[in-house]
Amino acid sequence: MRALVWHGANDIRCDTVPDPQIEHPRDAIVKVTTCAICGSDLHLHDHFMPGMEKGDIVGHEFMGEVMEVGAEAKGALKVGERVVVPFTIFCGECDQCKRGNYSVCERSNRNKALADKVFGHTTAGLFGYTHLTGGYAGGQAEYVRVPFADHTHIKVPNGLTDEQVLFLGDIFPTGWQAAAQCDIQPTDTVAIWGCGPVGQMTIRSAVLLGAKQVVAIDRVAERLSMAKAGGAITINFEEESVVERLNELTGGKGPEKCIDAVGMEAHATATLDSMMDRAKQALMLESDRAHVLREMMYVCRPAGTLSIPGVYGGLVDKIPFGMSMNKGLTWRMGQTHVNRWTDDLLHRIQDGQIDPSFVITHTEPLENGPEMYKTFRDKRDGCIKVVLKP
Amino acid sequence: MALYDRSSPADSMARGLGWFSIGLGAAELVAGRSLARWMGMEDKSALIRAYGLREITAGVGLLALGDPKPWIWGRVAGDAVDIATLASAVGDDNPRAGNARIALGAVMAATALDLVCAAKLHQEETAAWSPPPDYGDRSGFARPVDAMRGTASDAPIGDDMRTPKILQFQPAGQSQASSQPSRAF
Repeated sequence: MRALVWHGANDIRCDTVPDPQIEHPRDAIVKVTTCAICGSDLHLHDHFMPGMEKGDIVGHEFMGEVMEVGAEAKGALKVGERVVVPFTIFCGECDQCKRGNYSVCERSNRNKALADKVFGHTTAGLFGYTHLTGGYAGGQAEYVRVPFADHTHIKVPNGLTDEQVLFLGDIFPTGWQAAAQCDIQPTDTVAIWGCGPVGQMTIRSAVLLGAKQVVAIDRVAERLSMAKAGGAITINFEEESVVERLNELTGGKGPEKCIDAVGMEAHATATLDSMMDRAKQALMLESDRAHVLREMMYVCRPAGTLSIPGVYGGLVDKIPFGMSMNKGLTWRMGQTHVNRWTDDLLHRIQDGQIDPSFVITHTEPLENGPEMYKTFRDKRDGCIKVVLKP
Repeated sequence: MALYDRSSPADSMARGLGWFSIGLGAAELVAGRSLARWMGMEDKSALIRAYGLREITAGVGLLALGDPKPWIWGRVAGDAVDIATLASAVGDDNPRAGNARIALGAVMAATALDLVCAAKLHQEETAAWSPPPDYGDRSGFARPVDAMRGTASDAPIGDDMRTPKILQFQPAGQSQASSQPSRAF
């Protein structure tokens, strides 16, 4: 089959690789009909995420048709069913899964020993990501093996297109959880850094959850125009001071809720601290650029909440933790517990409240994937979200 | 917004100059005194080491800090300083003026490369520029934003995702703490 394969920094290729096989009775094989490039795939492309190996198949946003089902998954899945596959693989039976904390499933990471050493305790297995999270083959491919398939799926009802439901596998519930864990109140101002695909979903989620005011921060004109369409007041950080504008919008008190939809690759040249971060990153003195975290901690209203859906991979430097402690800020973060939210979100899509396909700007065949990674990363051609068709 | 394409030919050239900068800078830093002696500029070894630091900074900027144009122009400015410094050493009063002339020639060649790279980067930016698409009609909502605000305020969100009641923002005079007897600490 054809698949997008990681060969090193800035080197993803469309290769011919062996078809996946059922390896465990709880597995299923899914024929991918639509997949997407996620912002966190760029961390792999740019090689800022440790634990990648040459030959890894990438991609964790995908959906398709069930082709084969292992003996122990047959009660939950049938051949021919359409499914979206969540990027977090989960067993549905461990203590964490029983609490709905699927992204920290205790059993689905097959490299648990490694993850235990690096993270202290393992997190869930993820598709198409680092070997710290299991090194499972990803979904930017014609076929995928889905482990724990009896739980790791979202069935798609008839009448919905791939584009309407694809993002249930990651960015829609990720944006939703980012907003939900802020416990948004009708009096809240919610500030969201980053208007990429997750930021866009977070904006819509904050509006649906009833925020009084949503403010979106970015520098890319087309992303800001899409944010505005979703109901956000926009701040272009290249044109005005984020801190001053947020204070102005909140009567000098700062937003109650701040959301980092940027993560470890904050824009490198906008501020002195970002430039220092980038230089340190290049010299391997730190792994993540934390400008957004610093800015959120500074501008957030005391006793407010910081929510972090943006991906961080390792070590950050110069975090003003004393500021956060003295302001009594609450931090909420983590990979998304996708299936905790998807029944409700699917219902909202069916109900017509939201159509997540608004974010798609490019649809291309899988073979064009390597080039589309670069287009997405460099924000060329108005690119916000790339969908690939195997 | 500055446009730059990190896979273009001009960007590759800029990266090459970035590595060159780091190599030259390291050499100037480590062997500043020997270089100065070779060019008959023994009194300027500290200055050459400082130039080495400048080169390394420019190299890191070119390789790691996104848009390479400011760093290339930084290199051009640095080249001008190098040329001015070397020009003072090519007179007949310097017994090693020949070596200084060789260095001057090398710097001028590097300057030419820097200028070519800068021009190519600007050409690419001009060619790539087009008005940003307007996604102002992509709300994703079925109805106007204000009609959708709060539609999901009854969404099933577990208590573990909620702010504990004691920590929630309360209307003035109604805080959880105000109902408790005050306590000095």
